[in-house]
Amino acid sequence: MSSAAAHAEHDHAHDHAHHAHHDEGFIKKYLWSTDHKMIAMQYLFTGMAMALIGGFTVYAFRMQLAFPGMSVPGYGRVTATDYNALVTTHGSVMIFWVAMPVLIAALGNYLIPLMIGCDDMVFPRLNRLSYQLFLLSSIVLIASFYVPGGAFGGAWTSYPPLSAKAEYSLTGLGSSLWLFAVALEFAAFLLGGINFITTVMNSRAPGMKMFDVPIVVWMIIIASILFMASVGPLIAGAVMLLFDQQLGTGFFDPAKGGDPVLWQHLFWFFGHPEVYVVLLPAMGIVAEIITVFSRKKLFAYKTVLYTAIGTGVLSFFVWAHHQFIAGIDPRMANVFSVTTLLISIPVAEMVFVYIGTLYGGSIRLTTPMLWALAFIAEFLLGGVTGIFLGASGADIYFHDTYFVIAHFHYTFFPIAFIGSFAAITYWFPKMFGKMMNETWGKVHFWGTIIPFNAIFIPLFLLGARGDHRRIYDYRHFPDLMKSGMQDLRVFATLALLVLLAFQVVFLVNLFYSIFRGEKASANPWNANTLEWQAPSPPPHGNFPQGLPNVYRGPYEYSHPDRQDDYWPQTEPDAAKS
Amino acid sequence: MIDQYVESASTFSGDIDNVIWIILLITGFWFILAEVVFFGLIFKFLAKPGVKAKYVSGEKPHEKRWVTLPHYATLAFDVAIIVLAIKVWHDVKINLPEADSTVRVISQQWAWTFVHPGPDNKLDTPDDISTVDELHVEKDKTYHFELTSRDVLHSFSVPVFRLKQDAIPGRIIKGWFKATQTGQYDIQCTEICGIGHGIMPARIIIETPAQHRIWNQSNAPKVADVTPTTPPTQLGGMP
Repeated sequence: MSSAAAHAEHDHAHDHAHHAHHDEGFIKKYLWSTDHKMIAMQYLFTGMAMALIGGFTVYAFRMQLAFPGMSVPGYGRVTATDYNALVTTHGSVMIFWVAMPVLIAALGNYLIPLMIGCDDMVFPRLNRLSYQLFLLSSIVLIASFYVPGGAFGGAWTSYPPLSAKAEYSLTGLGSSLWLFAVALEFAAFLLGGINFITTVMNSRAPGMKMFDVPIVVWMIIIASILFMASVGPLIAGAVMLLFDQQLGTGFFDPAKGGDPVLWQHLFWFFGHPEVYVVLLPAMGIVAEIITVFSRKKLFAYKTVLYTAIGTGVLSFFVWAHHQFIAGIDPRMANVFSVTTLLISIPVAEMVFVYIGTLYGGSIRLTTPMLWALAFIAEFLLGGVTGIFLGASGADIYFHDTYFVIAHFHYTFFPIAFIGSFAAITYWFPKMFGKMMNETWGKVHFWGTIIPFNAIFIPLFLLGARGDHRRIYDYRHFPDLMKSGMQDLRVFATLALLVLLAFQVVFLVNLFYSIFRGEKASANPWNANTLEWQAPSPPPHGNFPQGLPNVYRGPYEYSHPDRQDDYWPQTEPDAAKS
Repeated sequence: MIDQYVESASTFSGDIDNVIWIILLITGFWFILAEVVFFGLIFKFLAKPGVKAKYVSGEKPHEKRWVTLPHYATLAFDVAIIVLAIKVWHDVKINLPEADSTVRVISQQWAWTFVHPGPDNKLDTPDDISTVDELHVEKDKTYHFELTSRDVLHSFSVPVFRLKQDAIPGRIIKGWFKATQTGQYDIQCTEICGIGHGIMPARIIIETPAQHRIWNQSNAPKVADVTPTTPPTQLGGMP
């Protein structure tokens, strides 16, 4: 990137403030906008709409598991083909079309310019293209449900030869559309990632040094770098797989000299860093919220930063722990078992730091704080259960059982949902200029957290009892119908129904508060970071009173020299003023 | 712990259960400790009127200690878990003991074919016994299995043995087991293999030596009936 180009884009962005009051047409304003906040909202609401699809699919297949053969209300009978397609769609949608757009794209776009004190991204039109590609990828994915043969049902990991040949998968077109949608989605996030990194490097407010950048911004940047470094091999693999599907090449076909395990390496070389791509932004959100609502400086800012970088680097060396029993050289498992357990250290350290931050605080249990604390409490269980799977000897038994499902939902649900709810409830006043209803926020919180645990603790038990994954009817397995096992499946499904029902509370609260909520001040939480110095909601160009100067780090809460328990980054030191 | 729910029926299943049990104790202890500290801090430091929060940077050595000490403890326990896990892994997956008998396990969409060596205890002879979805083995006898697939990936899983291995078309993957008790148990396919993945169950039947001899004799093809067998099909390009 030439810096001249960046400046030209930036100058263009400076004009925003001048024509902000012009009435723009609907298309220009909503579909063709280059404003980072509008693009963030587009990503956020598209991600939420896709979450409805992800939620509906899990409803349909969990009903089939609890009550095999029943006609599921709103869906009908779930056949074996349907079951595989539902499971595949649930996994791919929740990771690629919910966690990624909400945590990285929506929050990155919304927060980065506001938190580093500039008026827009350095490449606003690239940003617009990124969203448009993402929207197109969503449409392609949805279209794949309606082609002959139906949606792809080979799991979100899409292992060949099953995914490579229509005669095996029976969904020739569905498989290719799925793959194409995923590739488009990656292209969208590559564009977004370039934009995030360049913006933070070039457009920070005067005075904002690297260690004055809020942790959530750092986390999104590290995540973007991880994504960009890991996605290349998978895109190469996806092209090869597409050729195998449509042109009959044999990259992954042993009969033609290919190797199906190669795909697994390419997929997981991306797939495992991907876990941290979504984890780190969620960790960043939690850092912002627990400091504000415990009125504490973040415990060991630099340690958090270094552990995040360490986690990111290590995450490139753990991928084959997904493949211990996949037919790789068994000696390789030793290496990957070691690296996998080592990654527990930086991640655990990050959690310790957050717990340490609470010490000596003045903790206010607002809705966003409840979500942030729940993230830590629940993620801990996801973390420790990962040890069972990273330890090669124990993984022989647990691999591809419901124990794995429960484990990664204890990481992914906190990331994708608890983290997103924390972010939405925390930044809601800034985004919409209104306060969200606290009472209904707390109802939704408890209505989500309690059933979440009630779904996945039974799944740990089922996994320990040998329930293997992606089976649409356990009645074919006498050992898996023994005492109480079906009861656990029914219990988990009922808990899921409760969890889904409580999401209605969230949606109603969200839209009611957007239109009827109490008006929010610029800085309702008395927070330090720059976005709270802009009006709520920030106008086009973000800082109408002029771009801010930065005088200190983001977490100077309860400083002993001050009356106030917060100290905005933009407030000049008394001595200098 | 696992054996309360799923019987332990191979020589290494107990070892795997022990590793799981030890990991549960270690991680369980740390998990509970972390949660207790976490909730303890939340309740201890709930906002009280007039009380200002402490200003702690966490950068000074005596403060950082609270993070670095648990960090070293994590490392120490990680090392212990790795040593245990790798030892079991070697016993199950790397060091194959001398075999008393060998069976061939062939997976396809959506059935298992098991080739037993028959009364002469040799594969690729006319008295081999092929069965579908039913594997007959003898208790206390060390078996090697040769696992392969005819189409897509499958995975050969015998939960009571704590044994699992993916099958790959074009390759023959070897492994071993030795049953320690008789009985009939599930064999699962644990890798998604298409629309019939959920209806690919099989059973393993573990017999006493006497029962197994009878089964062998009553099921072995009569040599006279059998046309000369073709050599075993080479699957794919790998030796």
